[in-house]
Amino acid sequence: MKIPNLLRALLATAVLGSASASAKDIELLNVSYDPTREVYVEFNAAFAAYWKGKTGDNVTVKQSHGGSSRQARAVIDGLQADVVTLALAADVDALHQNGNLLPADWQKRLERNSAPYTSTLAFLVRKGNPKGIKDWPDLIRSGISVITPNPKTSGVARWNYLAAWGFALKANNGDQKKAQEFVAAIYKNVPVLDSGARGASTTFVERGIGDVLINWENELLLTKKLRPDDFEIIVPSISILAEPTVAWVDKVVKKKGTQDVAKAYLEYLYSPEGQAIFAKHYYRAFLPEVKEKYKHQYPDINLFTIDDVFGGWTKATKEHFADGALFDQIYVK
Amino acid sequence: MQRRVLPGFGLTLGFALMYLGLIILLPLAATFVKTAGLSWEQFWSTVTSPRVVASYKLTFGTSFYAALFNVPMGVILAWVLVRYQFPGRRFMDALVDLPFALPTAVAGIALTSIYAKTGWFGQWLEPMGIKVAYTQVGVWVALTFIGLPFVVRTVQPILEELEPELEEAAATLGATRLQTIRRVVIPALLPAIITGFALAFARAVGEYGSVVFISGNMPMKTEITPLLIITKLEQYDYAGATALAVVMLLVSFALLLVIQLVQRYLFRSRA
Repeated sequence: MKIPNLLRALLATAVLGSASASAKDIELLNVSYDPTREVYVEFNAAFAAYWKGKTGDNVTVKQSHGGSSRQARAVIDGLQADVVTLALAADVDALHQNGNLLPADWQKRLERNSAPYTSTLAFLVRKGNPKGIKDWPDLIRSGISVITPNPKTSGVARWNYLAAWGFALKANNGDQKKAQEFVAAIYKNVPVLDSGARGASTTFVERGIGDVLINWENELLLTKKLRPDDFEIIVPSISILAEPTVAWVDKVVKKKGTQDVAKAYLEYLYSPEGQAIFAKHYYRAFLPEVKEKYKHQYPDINLFTIDDVFGGWTKATKEHFADGALFDQIYVK
Repeated sequence: MQRRVLPGFGLTLGFALMYLGLIILLPLAATFVKTAGLSWEQFWSTVTSPRVVASYKLTFGTSFYAALFNVPMGVILAWVLVRYQFPGRRFMDALVDLPFALPTAVAGIALTSIYAKTGWFGQWLEPMGIKVAYTQVGVWVALTFIGLPFVVRTVQPILEELEPELEEAAATLGATRLQTIRRVVIPALLPAIITGFALAFARAVGEYGSVVFISGNMPMKTEITPLLIITKLEQYDYAGATALAVVMLLVSFALLLVIQLVQRYLFRSRA
């Protein structure tokens, strides 16, 4: 019979409606960079369960991924991101500088400079390491073809560039001129400049171009897991500590009334559960117990930070990556 | 004024102007306004920096050669499709439109995987010393691919109108085959060929999606201007990006205008 069915349906909606009136449905948007796709799927599910247990509310986190600065630009242009989890602090700074979406001191609001997980850079070479690549100086040998994306558009490419620069500084007792020559020599060996990290992986892995790929450690470990017989990971003697940073976007969370949950979402990244998920996806955790459990996948590398060697992102961006700055000088004489 | 069967000149003209204004002129005006954030010196140094100039040469140069190459190829294709009946003709006809419909990124990825050294063509070409993917040749290949339908589709209807009797008449009047083509067929097709060339060229200048995959994006060598615009945007340099856009706009417009004038001149001198 039709009418009772309809009545029943109405009744059911009313009941469900009243239930969800006490348990709110919240939706967050996390705007992130390229290789975090997989890890945030798992983290979001864990956070939803945690938040449900704590408050009874249902939270759904949507994700958006792409090149880090492109993502930042989307947020500046109006993408309603509650939180951003980008590849480098400079891209979060851009949200402050180009739209005043969050305060200048955003990086101080969360522990560890708002970098709950870190990574570093390493090399991927073809099986058996036919060209015998062991460390940074091998990248400038003639006949070596190096794959790294374009530092103008890619977050990881900036880390790659700075890691090489930092190595050369240390090797030459802080001589900036020598460091510049070294980095220029590496880029002479780069045949393709992809716009992002995944694009560079594709060029190296699928197209068979290049002898060595410089990329996120987590991205390389993932590639190695998918194609264990084709590649080897080479760990250089020294590299940079890459600190992807996270922040809630004040302007958006105020408008949507999601301050508390957005903040809790980011703080959950620092919890043992959050840390374990990121370690499982090959990021470097900071909690000692998680670090201990996953230490087999992280070789010891001598790591330096951008603050130590380059005086932070704002300075590094201006000196190295602005139009006409040091990176451009490699190509334009 | 002569009375027409269908009235409404004022109405349709007004509508056409409004539509053009809204869809084309307004966004273009916004480009100029955004550029106004730069001083004249800043604008000039942005649009004349060596890397940018190298990208103009590549963009306009390869677009020109790709369109030029498509002229004979496109005319032959149109000729085959119009003049002959053969099995698979309709299929071939449909195939021509594929570069129109295909998302350009798909085209770029497909072309790259074919021409890279692991690809079907690349594995034979590279040992012979011919590199296509990640060189300027690769850019040209992509632009040729996307430009082809423009020549075919503009020449085809004109060729359909051109009766084979004209060729027969030329033959009976003693013209050789070459003379028939040169004196009868080509002149009739020329305006359409020029239009097709202009469309293919204009399309190629603005192309981004397919080129960035195959070009390798090396500064000074294989960087196209649209890529530099995107690069500037990614560095939050909105004014710089629109400055390049303005230059491309002006150059493209000037070139299209010249092509129009040439076409009109040719058309008049024949009539």
